[in-house]
Amino acid sequence: MDIIRFIQYIASGTAYTLGVTFVALPSGLILGLILAIIYVYGGKIAARTLSVYSTIMRGIPPIVLLFILYFIMSGTINLSPFWAGSISLGVISSAYQMEIIRGAILSVSGGQMIAALAIGMSRLQAIRYIVLPQTLRLAIPPWSNEAAIVIKDSSLVYALGVPEILRRAQLISASTQQPFLAYTTAALIYFGLVLFTNTLLRRLENRLRIPANP
Amino acid sequence: MSDWLNLLIRFFDDFLVGAGVTLELTAIGLVMGFLLGLGLALGKVYGNKPLCWFSTAYIELFRGTPLLVQLFLIYYGLPSLGITLSQTLSAYLALGLNSAAYQAEYLRGAILAIGNTQMTAGRAIGLSRWQTILHIILPQALRLAIPSWSNEPILLLKSTAVVFLIAVQDLMAKAKRAATTTYNPIGSYLAVAVVYLVMVFALNALLKWLERKARIPGFEMEGKKGSL
Amino acid sequence: MTNKILTIKNLTKIYGDNIVFQNIDLSINEGDTVVIIGPSGTGKSTLLRCINLLTKPNGGQIWLDDEEITSKEVNEDNVRQHIGMVFQNFLLFNHLTALENVKLGLIKVKKLDKTAAEAKAFQELERVGLVDRAHHFPGQLSGGQQQRVAIARALAMDPRIMLFDEPTSALDPELIGEVLEVMRKLSLAGMTMLVVTHEMGFAREVADRIVFMEKGSIVEEGSPEDLFNRPKFQRTREFLWKITELYGKKEQEE
Ligand SMILES: Nc1ncnc2c1ncn2[C@@H]1O[C@H](COP(=O)(O)OP(=O)(O)OP(=O)(O)O)[C@@H](O)[C@H]1O
Ligand SMILES: [Mg+2]
Repeated sequence: MDIIRFIQYIASGTAYTLGVTFVALPSGLILGLILAIIYVYGGKIAARTLSVYSTIMRGIPPIVLLFILYFIMSGTINLSPFWAGSISLGVISSAYQMEIIRGAILSVSGGQMIAALAIGMSRLQAIRYIVLPQTLRLAIPPWSNEAAIVIKDSSLVYALGVPEILRRAQLISASTQQPFLAYTTAALIYFGLVLFTNTLLRRLENRLRIPANP
Repeated sequence: MSDWLNLLIRFFDDFLVGAGVTLELTAIGLVMGFLLGLGLALGKVYGNKPLCWFSTAYIELFRGTPLLVQLFLIYYGLPSLGITLSQTLSAYLALGLNSAAYQAEYLRGAILAIGNTQMTAGRAIGLSRWQTILHIILPQALRLAIPSWSNEPILLLKSTAVVFLIAVQDLMAKAKRAATTTYNPIGSYLAVAVVYLVMVFALNALLKWLERKARIPGFEMEGKKGSL
Repeated sequence: MTNKILTIKNLTKIYGDNIVFQNIDLSINEGDTVVIIGPSGTGKSTLLRCINLLTKPNGGQIWLDDEEITSKEVNEDNVRQHIGMVFQNFLLFNHLTALENVKLGLIKVKKLDKTAAEAKAFQELERVGLVDRAHHFPGQLSGGQQQRVAIARALAMDPRIMLFDEPTSALDPELIGEVLEVMRKLSLAGMTMLVVTHEMGFAREVADRIVFMEKGSIVEEGSPEDLFNRPKFQRTREFLWKITELYGKKEQEE
């Protein structure tokens, strides 16, 4: 087997890796965003509950959570490993993303909310138009870190049999007896993906930077 | 619920053994990672060009790729270069090498925070460059690094949970066995999730305690982020 | 005759066991500028926040025109857009330009379309003399300019009354004048205003009525003439004496 086809075979797993990431990251973001808003603005009981939720979710290794969620989902709604795995990773990531966004919301000054209310905006409008635009900008750097973690954690769905990069590397290393080459290729593809994402998000951060923000 | 308790009781000893292996992996990975990470941090800050370049590349590569891939590369890949390691040894090595990259960054941050003035001060009293690093900079930097560094043991503990995929008999491997013998995967993984949580909480409490003991009032870095 | 825009009866505010103020009565006629003075911690800011429903009073009532805004049925957001508020620390929206700061409420609260909102926003910036800074972000403006944008933002909502909470206290001395000038013009143009300030020159010149508050109650109120020259109470006299000692030098220079 020639080297090009060898690399191509592993690289074709990238579609699955990206697929998992593109499901997990945005769903984790949306869920994390909603949870963060409830955490900050939803009163004491909600905050308490979410703090416990977050501590538990972030205290358990992702692969353990992945297995639990996967078996729950595949047992009840019979999802494919790809979807069950991706959604599970999204749920896991949401706990981390909630903390990122919560921290960013808290660092936007409380005065901004008051000023928005003072011109007659509703709380929801103030959150939507004043607090969140500032929050999300602040959240980009830690969020880009989380994006890298999700890309790397997408390799865990290997254990569910999804034919992503690592699984392909394993399959071809068995058939060609070239494990070192196979896993090195896999590692470099992951590295490229992480690097690419970080660069992209840094660009985004610079694009969205507010001039001379105090 | 009582089913689940039965499962927990039946496999309790097994889980305990697995938890021991998990803690061992964490401890060894942490120590290896610290020693290597310290070298990398010093290499990146004070090293000559090739050393600095090597440290940077190492840190970026290991932080930019999944631990699982690193683990497979070591366990399945190295034999084709003539290096064959046992499962456990591979796991130690992967965790240590991986953790080194992260620990290097914590330590580097602290070294940079100490700044050049301390180096100047050390050189001014006649110490050599490496003497200054060893006797002046490091004692301060290590103290300073504690708050951010104290995230690492917990992160590492959690990341050890993938080593069962090369059949190391850690806590997760025990869970898998419980799952296959009882046909109750959800219960089994929930059980070890609880064990992991207990370990993480205990470790967290220990680290908080150490952090408090090691604190020097007024001597700390800004922007410390808590882990839990 | 003159009609009352704001009427406050028996207003009480308590934080825990700290009675900030008790049984405050106050009313403001249309077109009047009322200045509240008083030492720190007296509850001046809290009073303004109660009027704007940013905090709930523990007792008493407030009417805006004929509507009781402290009643349970009112829509708070609706009330707030008719009461403009200017804060000590400006509180411009950091991620929006001066123009967008003024425009946002027009679009989201008043539901104007984009062009109408933009035209109106420019008009308000014109009023505070900042059209040429329309596309600057808050971080690119001086404190005085930021405060003027904040005034324009509040004015854009066509409020019945404007509340100012120490609008110049956070400003460098050389920037205070431009903000006071805007406020003076506004008062002359007939805007109803309630102003908390330590600027005695402004109070003396612009106020129709001055209210002296101390320790959570109104000690004395009257025309600037009466209050400055013939205060009824020793406490008023002492406060005015202290405050002119602190702020007076600058006035003499002017
Ligand atoms: N959110 C709050 N919670 C508890 N107490 C408060 C709160 N806001 C204000 N207070 C208390 O109410 C009292 C009045 O405060 P307020 O800010 O209204 O005074 P002020 O007259 O505006 O003073 P200053 O001139 O310093 O601005 C103070 O004792 C203050 O501690
Ligand atoms: Mg005040």
